[in-house]
Amino acid sequence: MTQTTPDASARRQRAQVKVRTLRADRWWLAPLLTFLGLSSFLVYGVWAILDGSYYVPSAEYIAPFASPCLATSCPEGARFLGLAPFGDWYTLPPGLLILGLPGGFRLTCYYYRKSYYRSFWLSPAACAVQEPHGKYTGETRFPLIIQNVHRYFFYLALVIGAILAYDAVLALVHTPLGLGSWILLLNAVLIFGYTLGCHSCRHITAGRLNHFSRHPLRYRAWTFVSKLNAKHQPLAWASMYSVMGADLYVRLVAKGIIAFPYA
Amino acid sequence: MSYKAKFKVWRGEGGEGRLEDFTVEVNEGEVVLDIIHRLQATQAPDLAVRWNCKAGKCGSCSMEINGKPRLGCMTRMSTFEEDETITVTPMRTFPVIKDLVTDVSFNYEKARQIPSFTPPADVRPGEYRMQQVDVERSQEFRKCIECFMCNNVCHVIRDHEENKPAFAGPRFLMRIAELDMHPYDVADRQEAAQEEHGLGYCNITKCCTEVCPEHIKITDNALIPMKERVVDRKYDPLVWLGNKIFRRPKS
Amino acid sequence: MENTLNIERHEYDVVVIGAGGAGLRAAIEARQQGKRTAIVCKSLFGKAHTVMAEGGAAAAMGNVNSEDNWMVHFRDTMRGGKFLNNWRMAELHAKEAPDRVWELEAWGALFDRTKDGKISQRNFGGHEYPRLAHVGDRTGLELIRTLQQRVVALQQEDHETHGDYEAYIKVFAECTVTRLLKDGERISGAFGYWRETGNLIVFDAPAVVLATGGIGKSYVVTSNSWEYTGDGHALALLAGANLINMEFIQFHPTGMVWPPSVRGILVTESVRGDGGVLRNSDGERFMFKYIPEVFRDKYATTEDEADRWYTDQANNRRPPELLPRDEVARAINSEVKAGRGSPQGGVFLDVSSRLPAEEIKRRLPSMHHQFKELADVDITAEPMQVGPTCHYIMGGVEVDADTAAAAVPGLFAAGEVSGGMHGSNRLGGNSLSDLLVFGRRAGAGAAAYIDGLAARPKVSPQLVEEARAEALAPLERSGENPYEVHQELQRTMNELVGIIRKAEEVGEALEVIEKLKERVRLVGAAGSRIYNPGWHLALDLRNMILVSECVARAALLREESRGGHTRDDFPSMEPEWRRKLLICLTPDGSSITVKEQEQPSMRPDLLALFDTEELKKYLTDEELAELDGIAKS
Repeated sequence: MTQTTPDASARRQRAQVKVRTLRADRWWLAPLLTFLGLSSFLVYGVWAILDGSYYVPSAEYIAPFASPCLATSCPEGARFLGLAPFGDWYTLPPGLLILGLPGGFRLTCYYYRKSYYRSFWLSPAACAVQEPHGKYTGETRFPLIIQNVHRYFFYLALVIGAILAYDAVLALVHTPLGLGSWILLLNAVLIFGYTLGCHSCRHITAGRLNHFSRHPLRYRAWTFVSKLNAKHQPLAWASMYSVMGADLYVRLVAKGIIAFPYA
Repeated sequence: MSYKAKFKVWRGEGGEGRLEDFTVEVNEGEVVLDIIHRLQATQAPDLAVRWNCKAGKCGSCSMEINGKPRLGCMTRMSTFEEDETITVTPMRTFPVIKDLVTDVSFNYEKARQIPSFTPPADVRPGEYRMQQVDVERSQEFRKCIECFMCNNVCHVIRDHEENKPAFAGPRFLMRIAELDMHPYDVADRQEAAQEEHGLGYCNITKCCTEVCPEHIKITDNALIPMKERVVDRKYDPLVWLGNKIFRRPKS
Repeated sequence: MENTLNIERHEYDVVVIGAGGAGLRAAIEARQQGKRTAIVCKSLFGKAHTVMAEGGAAAAMGNVNSEDNWMVHFRDTMRGGKFLNNWRMAELHAKEAPDRVWELEAWGALFDRTKDGKISQRNFGGHEYPRLAHVGDRTGLELIRTLQQRVVALQQEDHETHGDYEAYIKVFAECTVTRLLKDGERISGAFGYWRETGNLIVFDAPAVVLATGGIGKSYVVTSNSWEYTGDGHALALLAGANLINMEFIQFHPTGMVWPPSVRGILVTESVRGDGGVLRNSDGERFMFKYIPEVFRDKYATTEDEADRWYTDQANNRRPPELLPRDEVARAINSEVKAGRGSPQGGVFLDVSSRLPAEEIKRRLPSMHHQFKELADVDITAEPMQVGPTCHYIMGGVEVDADTAAAAVPGLFAAGEVSGGMHGSNRLGGNSLSDLLVFGRRAGAGAAAYIDGLAARPKVSPQLVEEARAEALAPLERSGENPYEVHQELQRTMNELVGIIRKAEEVGEALEVIEKLKERVRLVGAAGSRIYNPGWHLALDLRNMILVSECVARAALLREESRGGHTRDDFPSMEPEWRRKLLICLTPDGSSITVKEQEQPSMRPDLLALFDTEELKKYLTDEELAELDGIAKS
């Protein structure tokens, strides 16, 4: 069999374009805004953990960053179901105990991953903009391979979501005419919208199946979750700001800075 | 309503080349590919560009317009200002052959590494029964016109040539998802998706979805669900245990 | 630079030229029968024109309406082609199409489904029952991708057994064939060049399957891509094969008319199948005026009845928007000529007032997308403007129905490049099934031919040298820009041998073609051999001129109107002409002669599928008398 092959031509090279990107639009704006948005949340979070005025006994408002309150330092009424399982030895701010649950959920969330890989790590900052790193292995190895635990955080986030909803209902029962009750309720709704729209939740409901038609109920759940999932990014931001807003509101009421009627 | 537009087009062979300036007539309703063709017909007969259907259905005329991966035939001139200089370059991730034409053989090699559709041995043609809801997910991925712009824009290989052997690119990770979700496919693809085709390299920054001319939700509907399926297989002890105890069939 | 001796050379059993539906199906069949197969295509693998097919693949599976079967499909096909079809091809096509579609499913195709999980089928012009297997409005893409992936699957099998993906089937992408090579009367190979490098290439192969598609690029307004330069038609002619039915060109009634740069791009017939209606500038639903006599009893005569059909097909006749394509194209042409056209020179195709926006987006996603992106028109809110566009050539290489073999031993043809199957007019949806049915038969035919060969034909160095000189000639001249010659050819064909033809106009076109032939001999291509589109076009021009001459000469001779051939000076269909086929051949490689050939009579059992009343519309009195004789005996 005679088989001759063509000469390997000298064309194994990419087009030499010496700039990082030829994009002429304001591609840096989105990562910059994301950076500022996420940073503001981190800064606020640190302050809120250290801040002690997270409970308004008269209205049964509890700041979301401090709920569930499980330390002995929590005021009696603020304790979740009256529990204080950690004992006296624990003297740090109570918020630290539960911070990791919603924090971990958001940190490993597929949307947040995109946003901080882009805005903090610039990998890439925007599409078709060269990243500054010499080497890249993505989520193939430690530590980023840990992102795969996301679904466990999802289960925990569901619990936290339920507690925030319980808090809101409690406040509403106690202070139905309080603005704070309604803020807490709105926050709980947004948190649930974000949590249930999670990609892991979508997978668990029915995404892992290959025959939707054999599981009609799970398919319906998947359809609902998919709708939320399509709005995962706006819900991520909305719920992040609603939880910050609700938290700040409760603290300002607790500090007496906000003191109008029906607050 | 015609005007003269300023163009910079990358010209050269085998990597070496530069941006060349052109001033060219533009008429109402035209797209960038029309302008490239006008350059061929009037100023540069040997200007190389790959194209076929000119209707956004074949995925041949992938190029980078003002730095963004686009189909030349689907980029209307009316989206630019008349005094704007429009820069047209070949896809960056693949070796250039000439001018706007790149060597996309990387994609065909990757396609060959993905095991084909594997139906059960006992189903004969004509006997397939599938519900619409069960095929819809994979149908979305089969809308792909193989313009390879997702593979071109993906920073995993765009910015890191050395990752090419280990990473199949969004196009072919999506192909794995398509087959893995196929109601009749019996091959085991999850382990290989991670170990052989580099799903773990994806950091879901969604540029593939942004550039897809077919508006396929590559990241949300293919890559992330596939990552979750890999978690089931490799990283989730509860699912692993469940599968051991109940010997769940593939459902 | 290479000479005849050191040109890149490959030996194969079968060389398939073209990687569209027919080419890939032929290659798959040849490989499955154990033949070493090369697929040579001008574009990248998977980009062939087949991706443009939208509506579906016609196959009488009876999934939606169980009344459907191959006999009904056969009847529809013959009616659509005005009984000029090669009836054996129409028969094989109708019988085998379902198997070909089911086989795709086993290779991974995902068609839309019926409620009970079978392949869903949709209505289409000229088909009595819902018959088109489809995936939204991107069926062609599904078909090409499935076949492409089947080729890859076979390569993976070969890799398992031989350690080489390309041991038995290899794709030569972006490679153009310019000549077929012969050893005496037999095919011995093919000659071509790599588009990418400009290097030349010789295939040494006893069998060549042509699957190169059509000729649309000889027209200005066309739905076809640049590849459709009639390469296979011309290669066959130059190798000594015959072309038949070249006067029949289908103008698809609904192409986009605006913006100018996308003029001609297709608007799928499914828009009408799913409820879209055609209106003129007076708002009149004009198709009711254009139902021809032969179809009078099959189509609705009032808007009410037509509208009822969409929900109740058993008790109502179908709307006239779903007449065969030639009828609708002519009707639109007449409305525009009468001054009732839309602002941009078409008519209105409206689906926005007929279906809810969500439903339109679900059923016609790529149309919605196409109009939004290319014309900035939202089809859920306003009507489209459409007009006829050159879409498909019914004519092509004359082949044996069962084996797809052409007159030259070793040459096979399938798909659009072959002629006869569709008669004078192709029904929508019959193209994709044609590709599959006859692609497979061509691959099998080639394999059987090779098995019967005593000795392998040889590639003659002299022919290779001639082909080399011919291919490189434009690069060595500094003549006219080929784009200008191409544009003049397109204008000439569009204006003078278009949808409506007159003897003096076609005559004028032939004069222009003679002059263009001279200019083609002198065109030059500046630049290097590396990916040089000017050079490629200079070479394609030879093919386009040859094919255009066939079309014009045959159009001048056929003095009647039938299907895709409408003569202003001979407006009626003549049963006498039904018995005659026009055959084109080239005695010297540059001029075309046309001769008449009698159409073989249809087999009695197939004739018996039709009412005598219907046959009277098509057959001569003499044929009818014969038929009576058969019935009585």
